[in-house]
Amino acid sequence: MVKLIIRNLSKIYKDKRGKRSSALKNVSLNLDINGIFTLIGRNGAGKTTFIRIVSTELLPTAGKVYLDGVDVVKNPKEIRERIAVIPQEAELIPWMTARENIYAYLLWRGFSFKEAKKRTNTIIFRFKLEKYADKLPRKLSGGTKRKVLVALVISSNAKIIFLDEPTTGLDPISRKELWSVLNDLKKEHLIILTTHYLEEAEELSDYIIILNKGKLVKSGTINDIRDAIGYPYAIKIFKGFKKNIRLTGKVVKKNDGTFQIFSDEITANNLAKKLINRKVKFSINPTSLEDIFYMLVGDINKGEEHEN
Amino acid sequence: MKISKFSQLSASVMANAFYAMKNFPVMLVNTILAPFGLLIIIFFVSHGTLLNVGILGGFILVMVNNGISIQGDLTHLRNDMKLQDMLVSSPVSPAIYVAGIALSELVFSVPDLIVLSVLAVIFIHISVISTLTVAAVMLLTFMFSISLGFFISTISRDVIEGWAFMGLISMLLSTLPPVYYPITYIPFPFRYLAYISPTTFSAIIAQSSIGFVKFSASFILTSWIVLIMVSIALIVFAVKRSIWREE
Ligand SMILES: Nc1ncnc2c1ncn2[C@@H]1O[C@H](COP(=O)(O)OP(=O)(O)O)[C@@H](O)[C@H]1O
Ligand SMILES: [Mg+2]
Repeated sequence: MVKLIIRNLSKIYKDKRGKRSSALKNVSLNLDINGIFTLIGRNGAGKTTFIRIVSTELLPTAGKVYLDGVDVVKNPKEIRERIAVIPQEAELIPWMTARENIYAYLLWRGFSFKEAKKRTNTIIFRFKLEKYADKLPRKLSGGTKRKVLVALVISSNAKIIFLDEPTTGLDPISRKELWSVLNDLKKEHLIILTTHYLEEAEELSDYIIILNKGKLVKSGTINDIRDAIGYPYAIKIFKGFKKNIRLTGKVVKKNDGTFQIFSDEITANNLAKKLINRKVKFSINPTSLEDIFYMLVGDINKGEEHEN
Repeated sequence: MKISKFSQLSASVMANAFYAMKNFPVMLVNTILAPFGLLIIIFFVSHGTLLNVGILGGFILVMVNNGISIQGDLTHLRNDMKLQDMLVSSPVSPAIYVAGIALSELVFSVPDLIVLSVLAVIFIHISVISTLTVAAVMLLTFMFSISLGFFISTISRDVIEGWAFMGLISMLLSTLPPVYYPITYIPFPFRYLAYISPTTFSAIIAQSSIGFVKFSASFILTSWIVLIMVSIALIVFAVKRSIWREE
């Protein structure tokens, strides 16, 4: 378990012309976390800012951050041996092979030549990268490059790993592959992850915080969040429904002609019975993170700025 | 875990020099050829009489070019690979990271230094004292060039912007000033302009050390003082400008 305490964390960026933009607003948390801790939010929500402050890359404008017992704002050096980061849009060094990239990173972290070499070989074996290890990055697929980056940070002795949108831009298959890698790694490391893919957050996370426009909107396990919303079930009624039943709960009519009804267990049960009696086609599921996000802040794809 | 500073320093040198040379030897061609273009021109135009001065100029240009290259490398690694962010959140200190990259630039100059040294031995008949003098001048020239390059890397937002600066600075520091030819060839009042470039002082000291030009002892001493002051000022300036953790 790693303790993460954040008190009234705020970040205001000032550009050269003195224009101020507020990226984090009064975020507070007090948690014992392990496994995968996920920040979700649209582009511009403040995820990267959060990661960069907690990983000692950036100073906050105000507030306190304690990670694993260290005041990271005041004593960044104390935590740096314990953390490793893959920044958003990080790339392997293009003139070095995958193996050389890993090896150099380990040397930068201060391992002896011998230890760095040993760790490089071990991680290449563990991540099944033998076939790719001696190739230059331009010869590797996007998914493999990302996997090498993950291997590189894991090969250090850091117990806390920050991954800022590690699956953005990957094809669905590579993304699922990386998920299984991360699921495997969370046994030994605390992984602090950001994503704007809600199904990814749902699949991987042990704990989720939802950021919107710099504010913490909700936090908890997916079940906590579902319960807190008060609508743990989502019933989807397919197209062609005549509205001949009174719908209770939170009803959303979607553009594609389907209805989405969010409700508690009893309401869901009653509604399901009625729908079966009237032979209406429907599906019933636990409310997904996507639904929750929609209810809380609207469409995930309506970002501040669209990058992809 | 005991952190090896030597490993950390080596990582910068290996990443920025050894692996680049090993995997992309073609990168070396341009670097190696750089000092010889002007040298050949000077050789023919002067009917061979400026060959020794030209060789000294080559030494200075190699130090300048490889020194200011740190700007492109740091900017590229920081912006395009996000390496700096990765390393800030790790045990390596900025001083070691940058010192290693600086050393890597020196490694890149080794092939040129070898060729120029061979030429110097053949054509200059250089004494021990003047060898040491030229070496000291080169070291100072390298230090202020590295500092200048480092400073520019902190203000250039991307590599393209950096390249624009770099071409200009290389010209202002090594092609235009009297580095490949003696300052006495420049008529007054233009000669005063040459004193704007610190490399002019590098060249004055180097050229007088082989007896090619004669200046008063006080002028040589002044040149040393200027060179040392400029180097210290640029180093201090660069260190002040350096940002590891952002604000
Ligand atoms: N260096 C910066 N200077 C000025 N504004 C910034 C800077 N970095 C981020 N921002 C702004 O802060 C907000 C949050 O950005 P960011 O933390 O990158 O969000 P996310 O990672 O969730 O997309 C955005 O509005 C963004 O434009
Ligand atoms: Mg981001």
